[in-house]
Amino acid sequence: MAATTAMPVPRSGISPRPPFDPAVMLVAPAAALMVMFFVYPFAYGLLLSFQPAQGGVFQNYIHFFQTQDLWRTIGNTMQLALPATFINVAGALAIAYATRIKGPYQRLLSTLLVVPLTLGTVLIAEGMLTYFGPQGWLAQALRWLHVYEGSIRLTHNYWGVLISLIITGFPFAYLLILSYITGIDPALPRAAATLGADGWNRFRHIYLPLLTPGLVMAFCLSFVQAFSVFPSAVLLGSPGGTTRVIAIAAYEAAFEQYDYSLASAVAMIMGLAQLAIVVAALGLRSMFYRGPVTGGKG
Amino acid sequence: MSVKQNGAVQGAGKNEFRRLRLEGVSRQFGGANALDKLSLTIERGEFIALLGPSGCGKSTALNCMAGLLPLTDGSIWLDEQRIDPLPPEKRGFGMVFQNYALFPHLSVSRNVGFGLKMRGVPAREIERRVAAALDTVQLQAHAGKLPGQLSGGQQQRVAIARAIVIEPPLILMDEPLSNLDAKLRIEMRSEIRRIHRAQGCSTVYVTHDQDEALAMADRVVVMKLGVVQQIGTPQDVFARPAKLDIARFMGYRNVLPGKVVQADGTRVTVEGAGGVRLAGVAMQALQGGAAVVAIRPDEITIGDGPNAFAGTVETAEYGGREWLLQVKTAFDDLLYVRSSRVVAAGDRVMLTAPPERVLVYAGES
Repeated sequence: MAATTAMPVPRSGISPRPPFDPAVMLVAPAAALMVMFFVYPFAYGLLLSFQPAQGGVFQNYIHFFQTQDLWRTIGNTMQLALPATFINVAGALAIAYATRIKGPYQRLLSTLLVVPLTLGTVLIAEGMLTYFGPQGWLAQALRWLHVYEGSIRLTHNYWGVLISLIITGFPFAYLLILSYITGIDPALPRAAATLGADGWNRFRHIYLPLLTPGLVMAFCLSFVQAFSVFPSAVLLGSPGGTTRVIAIAAYEAAFEQYDYSLASAVAMIMGLAQLAIVVAALGLRSMFYRGPVTGGKG
Repeated sequence: MSVKQNGAVQGAGKNEFRRLRLEGVSRQFGGANALDKLSLTIERGEFIALLGPSGCGKSTALNCMAGLLPLTDGSIWLDEQRIDPLPPEKRGFGMVFQNYALFPHLSVSRNVGFGLKMRGVPAREIERRVAAALDTVQLQAHAGKLPGQLSGGQQQRVAIARAIVIEPPLILMDEPLSNLDAKLRIEMRSEIRRIHRAQGCSTVYVTHDQDEALAMADRVVVMKLGVVQQIGTPQDVFARPAKLDIARFMGYRNVLPGKVVQADGTRVTVEGAGGVRLAGVAMQALQGGAAVVAIRPDEITIGDGPNAFAGTVETAEYGGREWLLQVKTAFDDLLYVRSSRVVAAGDRVMLTAPPERVLVYAGES
């Protein structure tokens, strides 16, 4: 770095070509990995999606949007991913806010909430089938307590997948949001309190605006995770009906019809749909304050 | 969720209270007393400094007054109303935090207007009062900026404007100048005094800096380890520290042991090492013969006079206007002396100190 600062600044007004800094080469391994594992497969898939078995360049895309069984998967996935993400982010915000102050229960609660993160999706699905099934513990317990005698349908349909997305996605959102909340200078809500803000107003006027950028990020990450739902949609949902998500369509195209070109097109559409929501969310984020969350020097 | 306005202390506008009374206010942290039985009455318009080294409980006291820390014991009264069970948002005191605690996402004017908005003041009046407050701290030109775009001194003035705009009966300041450079600190002292007078409110100002406390306060509360050591005017605390600890803290660097050989009321004579006799004023009851004498370096002069004793200059350090000397005398410790005369190391000198400025405390046993 010393070499760059020692360079005399020419007064001609034309910016000189910056001297080559050998340290730049340090990004090479990372860049190579990016190219190998991200750029190349992506470009390969993109090109493949324009080489259908028969028909024109856009035949796969035309086929996707003309086949009800395919284009509906976008809606199906959105109907699962968006509510799951909203529930996860809102719930995580509420619980993280309530546990923001270090106390004896914070660690216990965090541990309990984070456990599902360590369990695989399939394991959770197994557990849910036993627990929420028509003859599962939940149904039996409710019947035994005479709370609800009717039949309980929480698996092999929309609700099973939604619950599973919440169980797997919540800990992630919670940890993320908890770290945002604890990063806020505690002097700020104290200052607001001395200025007359009660608990609700401190949340509304101090915490919420400072958390908004973080919440949007948590939303984006949770959404992308939920949108690519696949195992639980098969195991806990009705993969032929309401939970026929876009990942299932891509899987079928690739490994049941062996049409890699169509599968690539489905994957591209999936990526675009995710991108649309993420870009919209990030656009919203740019409308809010995004600076440091401390209250001054010190 | 009702956003009802907190009107509890609202009636007590800036000129409608007479005094704030702390009665035996205590606060414990895990069994240890951070603040032990602080009793203090603050009259309207008074400027009180809580002075002491870090960890002396001064900030704890301030947070207890603000309602940010619950009391373990004691009570706080605003005239006849007991306010210590009230949460901070119902007390209506203004507070200036050490790191300013400005809301980083709000512009300067919205920071200043925050307290008024919480009180449900109409928008037009908020605008007017915010403008007036920014005028007071001379920041009108920066109203639209975010706090992050301001210098430390400007942020500090925003914090003050935000606290005074709600016209609180009491303003609490927690070392507000400690993050500023020396020059700005001196300027802000008189600025804060001026604002205090203009507002007509009471101010409690926490600091560890004696000069700041002496320059700004009407009364100084000296604290140590959670216990009040002395409450008095700056002159009192400076010239007549009640205890040896305070004397040390207030710059009495020469502390010499001896024994009382003569006592006449508060006029006492102490004999120290080598038979040196020093006449002084007893600052507390002297039990037995052991005593210690405290003298400020600038109150010892070179020359002949009362309390004269001999010494040899060990080091002489030029400090601009005067020399700071360390003088070897019959006492074990070197004496710190300030001299306006040229002296060099090795010189034999006679030292003298006026008896009324020689303070005698009970001996440390």
